[in-house]
Amino acid sequence: MTAVAWGAPARSGSRQLAGTNTLLRLALRRDRIMIPVWVLVVGGSFASVTGSFAKLYDTAAKRADVAHSMGANSSMRALYGPVFSDSLGGLTAWRMVGFGAALAAVMSLVIVVRHTREEEETGRQELISSAVVGRRAPLTAALLTALIANAVLALMITAGLAKSGEPEAGSLALGLGTAGVGMLFACTAAIAAQLTESARLAKGMTAAVIGAAFVLKAAGDASTDDGSSVLTWLSPIGWAENVRAFGGERWWVLLVLAGAIAVQAVVAYRLAGRRDVGMSFLPTRPGPADGALGSAGSLAWRLQRGSVYGWSAGFLAAGVIFGGITGGAADLVGDNEQAREIFERMGGQSGLTDAFLAAMTGMLGLVAALFIVATVLRLHGEETSQRTEPLLAGAVGRLRWAAGHLVVAFAGSVLIMSLGGVGLAVGYGHDLGPILVAALVQLPAIWVVGGLTFLLYGAFPKAAVAGWGVAGLVLALGWIGPALDLPRTVLGLSPFGHLPKLPGGEMAWTPVLLLTAIAAALVAGGLAGLRRRDLTT
Amino acid sequence: MTKAITVSGLHKSFGRTHALDGLDLTVETGEVHGFLGPNGSGKSTTIRVLLGLLRADSGAAQLLGKDPWSDAVELHRRLAYVPGDVTLWRNLSGGEVIDLYGRLRGGRLDRARRTEMIERFELDPTKKGRTYSKGNRQKVALVAAFASDVDLLILDEPTSGLDPLMEEVFQSCVEEARDRGRTVLLSSHILSEVESLCDRVSIIRKGRTVETGSLAELRHLTRTSVTAELAAAPNGLAKLPGVHDLDIEGRRVKLQVETDKLDAVLRSLTASGVRSLVSTPPTLEELFLRHYQDDVRIGAEAVAR
Repeated sequence: MTAVAWGAPARSGSRQLAGTNTLLRLALRRDRIMIPVWVLVVGGSFASVTGSFAKLYDTAAKRADVAHSMGANSSMRALYGPVFSDSLGGLTAWRMVGFGAALAAVMSLVIVVRHTREEEETGRQELISSAVVGRRAPLTAALLTALIANAVLALMITAGLAKSGEPEAGSLALGLGTAGVGMLFACTAAIAAQLTESARLAKGMTAAVIGAAFVLKAAGDASTDDGSSVLTWLSPIGWAENVRAFGGERWWVLLVLAGAIAVQAVVAYRLAGRRDVGMSFLPTRPGPADGALGSAGSLAWRLQRGSVYGWSAGFLAAGVIFGGITGGAADLVGDNEQAREIFERMGGQSGLTDAFLAAMTGMLGLVAALFIVATVLRLHGEETSQRTEPLLAGAVGRLRWAAGHLVVAFAGSVLIMSLGGVGLAVGYGHDLGPILVAALVQLPAIWVVGGLTFLLYGAFPKAAVAGWGVAGLVLALGWIGPALDLPRTVLGLSPFGHLPKLPGGEMAWTPVLLLTAIAAALVAGGLAGLRRRDLTT
Repeated sequence: MTKAITVSGLHKSFGRTHALDGLDLTVETGEVHGFLGPNGSGKSTTIRVLLGLLRADSGAAQLLGKDPWSDAVELHRRLAYVPGDVTLWRNLSGGEVIDLYGRLRGGRLDRARRTEMIERFELDPTKKGRTYSKGNRQKVALVAAFASDVDLLILDEPTSGLDPLMEEVFQSCVEEARDRGRTVLLSSHILSEVESLCDRVSIIRKGRTVETGSLAELRHLTRTSVTAELAAAPNGLAKLPGVHDLDIEGRRVKLQVETDKLDAVLRSLTASGVRSLVSTPPTLEELFLRHYQDDVRIGAEAVAR
């Protein structure tokens, strides 16, 4: 196979893009599992929401009722957004647009960074660039890969809804809005990949922007019931929502998305054309000539502290913002039975404010599951990149080495949940004690996810990345599950499903202690596996 | 002399690949032992077993009188390891990594020795991981190893990427280590390095030891090449045992002879009257190449079958 210039005509740009075709095929080949899984999971969750809404709200009256109550309640809007239409498609769009767009964004960021900065950081790019490969080919191939993934996702969402008999225009608007946000953050990731030398940092920067966009949209939607808040318009995820799929589509909002994609792409290409392979715009400064690191534990902290600081700041900020909109939870218009029912399923038995706080701490807990999986899997990353070998050739036992990262993961989860709780209480203005307890009660479930990930890593290292699958499943069950009326046994698959609903509910020690014990057993199993097995070389 | 490393009948397979197939290795305390073999012959696998990173399927291995798997941590206080491909953390400086490795071997590095090594290897310890070149990453691990006060150095192609000046510094560091009574296991493809440093060598192939001994002993097993100008045409050389590649042009003779059969050849040559004689002992390259070629031949036979 030869690297052929993409689009053979001898325009000045064609040389810059030489080899794009081959690189694109390489990227698709490398991602032949990852992209289909992402697309199927994200697209499939749209379809399953449509399916269960069709059963749950099978008459126009039921749909109008739920649409009215959900749209009128500011805290439900914070979680999902305003309701623009009480059709089946409209309800699906209401439930899925924010969550689905955020997932498409994460998929796109992973794809783009993986084929740009990660290639440079590992040094593979050097060999590729020594072949007939234009300077802009790698970035182009990465963006095209993301474009293909997002296009297939848009197709799946559109086809899924249209097949359920919903209007084609609305189905297309929802698909394009979701995929458009994906492409927008693909370009954000492309810029981040130019700015820093570290793939990990590029991913972290983009993820922080996605998180901020989600929180802005939530805060904006809490204050207005038609998505017209400035905060919502500041968030690209808010744009997807403002396309108003099935609610009198506003196609011009898609043009705003397209414009933002184009501007970001131009910036990324400008930056990419101006730097050397492997270098970045944020320069690396010299470090100390002597080191203070003296143990595997301090090394683990040193490697992970940046991420812990970032998560801490994010949880504190999200807590303050969600705390600030908590008062609105009491503004329920009318005494709607269904809204109350769904709320109670999510939050608990008592007052709506408590239920809202419980829903928010629950959401922070679900997101913290991502933190613990990322932190535990750092062990796997260190091992497979051969940095563990020389450490273990020192007087460091495997268990001690693993313990360093486990302490960061488990203690780090305590830290970020505490900060999230403090943020909520500060934003809300009172109830620090009960809110902090509610945040901390999430920990046993987070630990079970972390423990299971560590067991996979320790005993079945080839399956270690399945830890992300565990986190994804738990997140989907916790976020979309409650409104779907899923059977108790299915919801019970998630450790979060067994936690007491606090504040407001009754503290239950049995599940808390039991989950903690399960987490401890999983960690012990992982340690036993790690002790016995060969190191990956 | 006591043994620093004893390995016998070591087996290790990864799925269907038999990486080690009954490997034997003995390293005496205080010697520099060369560990040679073609790519993929099992050198790094053996080293990883010795470091307790892999667990052997069967066979016995002892390091400094202890078990490399169960006594790993205790043993690692007494050894330093340099891999052939050093990977560093992008956000840690070289100096930090050197100190980290030193402390992880169970003690602070001697400051004077650390400074001396950094100077000798001309390393800038303030640079961060990603900005080091291949050779400089190697130097980070070498400085950390030579500055540690350990009994055993395990070096797996440690000088890949070093320039010739640094290669010289490396060699003098190994010699100093031997002078202080340290044991060194050196896996290398740089034969001049092996020739000038090693007291004994082991050559492995396909996970098995095929030769072991001092260089002098190994040379004995190979052929010496002889070129001679004679007073009269030679007689009966072709019938002598151990003679190969015989080439006679009038009174000029070129031949290869197995070193232990040299005596009979020389008698036959002097019988014809020797005008001039050049005899070259086998180089390590030839020794090594012979094993590579055997490898090729065995491979060819296997295909023929």
